Amino acid sequence: MTLDSLLADVDQADSAVSLLMAVRSLAQTRDSQAIPKLIEVLGFNNPGAAVAAVQGLVTLGEPAVAPLLKHLDGYNYGARAWAIRALAEIGDPRALDVLLNAAGDFALSVRRAAARGLGRIQWQDLEPSQREEGQRRVLERLLATTTDPEWVVRYAAIVGLESLAKSLDKTKIQQQIEPCLQQLHREDEEAAIRGRSQWAQQQLNQAGTIP
Amino acid sequence: MQPSETEVAIAAESWTTEQAIANLQQTNDPSTRYYAAWWLGRFRVRDDRGLDALIEALSDTIDRSPGGGYPLRRNAAKALGKLGDLRAVPALIDSLTCSDYYVRESAAQALESLGDPRAIPGLLALLEGGVEAAVRVPGKPHLVQPYDAILEALGALNATEAIEPVRPFLDHDVPRVRFAAARALYQLTGDEQYGDRLITALRSPELQLRRAALMDVGAIGYLKAVTPVAETLAENSLKLIALKGILEHHLAQIDDLDEAAIDIMTQMDKLL
Repeated sequence: MTLDSLLADVDQADSAVSLLMAVRSLAQTRDSQAIPKLIEVLGFNNPGAAVAAVQGLVTLGEPAVAPLLKHLDGYNYGARAWAIRALAEIGDPRALDVLLNAAGDFALSVRRAAARGLGRIQWQDLEPSQREEGQRRVLERLLATTTDPEWVVRYAAIVGLESLAKSLDKTKIQQQIEPCLQQLHREDEEAAIRGRSQWAQQQLNQAGTIP
Repeated sequence: MQPSETEVAIAAESWTTEQAIANLQQTNDPSTRYYAAWWLGRFRVRDDRGLDALIEALSDTIDRSPGGGYPLRRNAAKALGKLGDLRAVPALIDSLTCSDYYVRESAAQALESLGDPRAIPGLLALLEGGVEAAVRVPGKPHLVQPYDAILEALGALNATEAIEPVRPFLDHDVPRVRFAAARALYQLTGDEQYGDRLITALRSPELQLRRAALMDVGAIGYLKAVTPVAETLAENSLKLIALKGILEHHLAQIDDLDEAAIDIMTQMDKLL
């Protein structure tokens, strides 16, 4: 199958299943020329196809970051959430400002994806001089996000904080992240949030004991 | 919702509790009264005057829809379900016999969330005639009774006397009703064959049915459904709600995090 015929299959799909199959085949080419079409699929309001497109974009990685940032859909929050998920998964620091903004989006699916993504920034890909400032902004944003009114956004903030902690020094974790997790574990009204913050604490403690 | 209704809803956002209660107590302006009932439930206002006015609204005869329905009664029943005050139970039980299908549906859902077993006989009465009687109302988009809400309520209320009357509904021709029966029977018997029917439903060809099954396995906290939930083709938001339901059901049964709890959270993390 040539790339052109795979692209045409996506456009000509006449059912949810055939679209899913076409997007999967296109994603499997790992051809960076498929990027614009995969991004377009994020706006189709078809969750199965969007998952496949996100996976394709994540596999492509670095080359997908600039087009994703350029085509971020300001009007379709479904498409925006999928794009943020792809950026979150890739973890490229060029997405840092976009993810920080998206953590305050009006759509909870966007905030949730951004909060998780903020914890996955690959700091080693950022200029050392900018690392500390970037981590400080992410830490502040995630701590603020743990008070979001939506449980699922608070849940994502915990997941984000847990991943971020792995790139911070011990003092910062003990002074800022651990008290926040402890408070969520004790006081959050949702049992799922209490459970997730307990698990995050356990994992941070385990990581701390390994020399 | 009609555009004009949206506007009223937005205006209602800025009410105070006092205004909302006064707006529910008056009878001159039905649309303001309708939104006042919604408002008291939405903001979970715990106030005896509000409660009394909502209970009274369950027998309102002024606010009628063109089809003969009782819009205010529907909203009042929904609000009473959210307020969690058992003083509303007898009036909600009476509403199970209202001529308006949607009032009966809202009342059954409210009684489910209030969790008072006094509702069981009234709910069981609506299953009379069994599956044979559970047919579509000609010209309407619904069956003669809100069977899914009734079955779900009987399951949640742990009405073991309902097991036999519920069982035939596993074969009803409406999928939603079949799912509700499976969900109730799982809660009433703990038998996995009923939970497994919902896992099968997660593989339905139609997205709407997969969505319904997601809500069902979340509501009953069916632990075996974790991986099927993660793998079904549906919105991550709905999968996360389903997994949250399973996680919280499981956490309530254990003292400390175990492998199963961590497995559920691992799946949830991937869906964010």
